[in-house]
Amino acid sequence: MVDNLFDVQNVTLRFGGVVSLNDVTLSQKRGEILAIIGPNGAGKTSLFNSLTGVYTPQQGSITFTDAKGKRYSVIGKKPYRVSAAGVARTFQASRMFSAMTTFENVKIGAESHRGLGAVGAMLKGPATRRDEVRSDAATRDLLEFVGLTSQSNVIAASLNYGARRRLEIARALATRPQVLLLDEPAAGTNPAEKNDLTELIRRVRDEMNVSILLIEHDMKLVMALAERLYVLNFGSVIAQGTPEEIRANPAVIEAYLGASDTGIAEESK
Amino acid sequence: MLRVFQHHMVKRVAGAILIGLLVLVMTGPQGNGSEPTSGFTGSFSEHMSFFGFFTPPRWITFALLALVLSLLVMFAKYSHRAWRRAQESGAAAARAVASAAARVKYVRSRRSGRYSGYALLVLLGIFLPRIITSQSWQTNIVQLVAVYILLAIGLNVVTGFAGLLDLGFVAFYAIGAYTTAWVTGALPTSPPFGIHFNTFFAIPFAIILAMAFGVVLGIPTLRLRGDYLAIVTLGFGEIIFIFANNLYGITGGSTGTNQIPYLSVHLGPLKYLWGLTPQPYYYLTLAFIVLFLMIFSSLEHSRVGRAWVAIREDEVAAESLGIYPLKYKVMAFAIGAASAGFAGVITASQTLFVTPPTFSLSFSINILVLVIFGGMGSIAGVVVGGLVIQGFVVYMIQSPPAWYNPADLYMYLGALLIVMMIFRPAGLLPSRRRLREVTQVESGVARDQMLTHIGPHNRVEEEL
Amino acid sequence: MSYFTSHFSTFGHEFWGLLVGGVANGVVYAMVAIGYTMVYGVLRLINFAHSEIFTSGAFASFFLMKALVGGSTPTATESVIYVILGVLVGGLAGALAALALERVAYRPLRRRNAPKLAYLISAIGASYFLFNFYGKEFGRINLSMDAPFTNNTVFTIFGAPVQMYYIVIVIVGVIMLVSLDRFVAKSKLGRGIRAVAQDAETASLMGVNIDRTISLTFVLGGFLGGVAGFLFAIPIGVVYTMGFTPALKAFSAAVLGGIGNLRGAVIGGLLLGIVESFSVAFFDGVYIDVVAFAVLVLVLMVRPTGILGERLGRSA
Ligand SMILES: Nc1ncnc2c1ncn2[C@@H]1O[C@H](COP(=O)(O)OP(=O)(O)OP(=O)(O)O)[C@@H](O)[C@H]1O
Ligand SMILES: [Mg+2]
Repeated sequence: MVDNLFDVQNVTLRFGGVVSLNDVTLSQKRGEILAIIGPNGAGKTSLFNSLTGVYTPQQGSITFTDAKGKRYSVIGKKPYRVSAAGVARTFQASRMFSAMTTFENVKIGAESHRGLGAVGAMLKGPATRRDEVRSDAATRDLLEFVGLTSQSNVIAASLNYGARRRLEIARALATRPQVLLLDEPAAGTNPAEKNDLTELIRRVRDEMNVSILLIEHDMKLVMALAERLYVLNFGSVIAQGTPEEIRANPAVIEAYLGASDTGIAEESK
Repeated sequence: MLRVFQHHMVKRVAGAILIGLLVLVMTGPQGNGSEPTSGFTGSFSEHMSFFGFFTPPRWITFALLALVLSLLVMFAKYSHRAWRRAQESGAAAARAVASAAARVKYVRSRRSGRYSGYALLVLLGIFLPRIITSQSWQTNIVQLVAVYILLAIGLNVVTGFAGLLDLGFVAFYAIGAYTTAWVTGALPTSPPFGIHFNTFFAIPFAIILAMAFGVVLGIPTLRLRGDYLAIVTLGFGEIIFIFANNLYGITGGSTGTNQIPYLSVHLGPLKYLWGLTPQPYYYLTLAFIVLFLMIFSSLEHSRVGRAWVAIREDEVAAESLGIYPLKYKVMAFAIGAASAGFAGVITASQTLFVTPPTFSLSFSINILVLVIFGGMGSIAGVVVGGLVIQGFVVYMIQSPPAWYNPADLYMYLGALLIVMMIFRPAGLLPSRRRLREVTQVESGVARDQMLTHIGPHNRVEEEL
Repeated sequence: MSYFTSHFSTFGHEFWGLLVGGVANGVVYAMVAIGYTMVYGVLRLINFAHSEIFTSGAFASFFLMKALVGGSTPTATESVIYVILGVLVGGLAGALAALALERVAYRPLRRRNAPKLAYLISAIGASYFLFNFYGKEFGRINLSMDAPFTNNTVFTIFGAPVQMYYIVIVIVGVIMLVSLDRFVAKSKLGRGIRAVAQDAETASLMGVNIDRTISLTFVLGGFLGGVAGFLFAIPIGVVYTMGFTPALKAFSAAVLGGIGNLRGAVIGGLLLGIVESFSVAFFDGVYIDVVAFAVLVLVLMVRPTGILGERLGRSA
């Protein structure tokens, strides 16, 4: 048996008449940096939402296998359960808790999988205190890892774009996931920030041992990071392969030129 | 220049005078249906004495006051010199306010500072019966200030921390009060296990029962959007009222019961009876207020409190981090319910009776006003809000001025809610986090799907 | 609501009697539900103070009837004129109250893009202010209305008598509801309302005046709510708290039909009126108010979009 992290089989997702995902089949290996590309409206975000339990596809199956070999059927599960199984994500339009500080944002991720603890919280028992200390330490480590230590007491809303992206990554990593789903992490960042981000994503995989599933329009970043790619168009997978194979694939070039979208054609020269 | 000036002037002055006359009618005499205009005409015909020197009609006084105030404001704005002077003094005032605020912030930010603020309040609380010695004052303070603050602290968990508008809060208070009557054998139904319990045993019963109702009501309804939740909880409050009013065999129906015994302790040599005098109840309630303050404040700064903020700000993002919104909402609901149930025990055991009219929707609104006025999510704010508003209510009951009719209380509270929402939505002593949230939503930083209204709304979940 | 139900000896009579009462009640609910649904359509919020718009219409028409009818027994022509005047005055009072409400409690918040919770609270404040203000000005006791017509039995359906009151309600209600439906569907202003309901931003870019459209929505919903207040008050009179229960039920009706959907509000109103009326056969009358609430909770649990679905923007 292949050690697959995600197994997506014949998934179809509809909204009224709109077919967002059409018979999609794909898989991600453990430890892989996998990218999903495709023109606007291709269904990339819908795929993420289906993988994380936000949307419930009408047909098909999605299986997530954790490091211990336990298999979860994602369809029909609530997002918080998928998160508990080891799937973390960021959002296309960044969604931090903007009235909280950077530190608090990450800490919420770090402590979300602990038990209820309302009684403990009210009485501030020793176990609660120990928990707090542990979450604080984990949060500090993560902020250090993404390079936000100096901004840890800043209100999240006042961070710049690049920092927000890194904050979202740190917050997602705080849940100790096995796979991190990144929805256009480089959108709105400048070239220098893009380079940092590429570096960071690679470090997440190499140092933290977290697989990466990446949606990105920036072909330079995708081609630099991804080990394998799937191309979506109108909700269907139209191609898959290594970056070199994708560059040379006529169907992909056609899809991108047809949609007159970001320049994969130029990239592929 | 002149045209602009006149246009604004006419509009502003007219608006101000209109408001002045509205206040005039609000504080005027009570009207009646057979002479529908008598309230209005009465307001306009009454006179007002200025230390006996002269007695102009009230409406002239009000209109003049409004006129003068609006002119002053405008004058300050339009007249260059006055405007500059006002700016200067305004800047000085702003500096003073800023430095005072910085100091308060500094004091508040230091733990010891925060605690010394609370310690001051508690000291004031302890010595209050020495300052206000009248028995009727004290009774009213227990029943209308202390118990209300207790309830407001509980509602603050639901509305302030978790952001859930619960208009049926009174139902849990009613459950607490009726449980007290039930457990002590004061209701037509026989008490649990046929034992007439000591009133203190009502506390665990009431808390557990109110909490259970909170969970049972919460699990289906807390999935709903905020405004639906408000209406469903309101309906729930009404239903509890209807049942309490009509189940004669169980609740005693519309007359309720007046057979509840006082609180008492019989532990070997330790014997104490809370009786007619209000002081023992006052101290008991005060002790519980302090206890509630402490545990809810730890709750706010705990993992649970942070999860509530996360859900309030962005439910989808919170859930993606493994926070199950429903669980935390139900938790807030149950905690709120439990504290209302507890307050019900205190009230029932002091007044010795329970009747349905106490538990009307207006009661929930009254508690909500305290939370909003003080500052949603700010524990200190809620306490101060409760002190100010309920203190005012008690003062008006104890020595009512001619223009005030206690039946009009909710008219004033309603107006206060509107004014607060227009001018100071985060309350008197806003919680810092809430304030940030409000300003961020208003400036469009936060893009919470539940918080914004006007805009493209066909796809709520879009751009996830 | 026992005044709508008479007691009959046989089931057949009872059935038709309950049906007639239910339909009449349902028409009133529908007219109030329209107000909730329209405001929800354009602002995406529940107008908590709608109950006081209803009360405003009732009080205005109450005083009008008092002046016109006094203690007299109106002739047939007079009755027709009085009903028409009552509808106009009740409706105008409702519209005026709605307009003032929008100006004072909603618009300042809209200007600064306040959080949704703020609107709810401000509306609750407005509601409490208004009905207690009426209580202060007009007293806190129930005042019976001078009937603009004699409530004779006009005809019978399968032995169940149908009184004048029911006929007036149904005629007035149908005229109002149909005109509103046509107005929103056909007129330029109505198209503006639908455009704002669909997408306020785009509508404003295309030259729709948002403020005016929102005011118009309040005025239309307020007019129907005020008329409903008049009709409702004819048999039972007025009191300052009268709006609460019918408005809660009308809200349930709006949700039942699919909030944001005009025809849904009508269907929901009629359905709720009838269900409530028949439930008298099963419950003690004092619990009848619980029925509407149970319907509301059930709908929200099972199908929160209501019978016709939340057809936002396609409100007609
Ligand atoms: N909640 C929803 N309701 C209705 N339609 C939706 C919803 N979510 C997605 N869609 C539709 O599904 C299709 C795919 O959208 P999706 O957001 O997945 O595209 P995408 O590939 O992420 O595009 P982009 O590159 O612009 O982010 C679109 O036609 C979109 O309108
Ligand atoms: Mg996308």
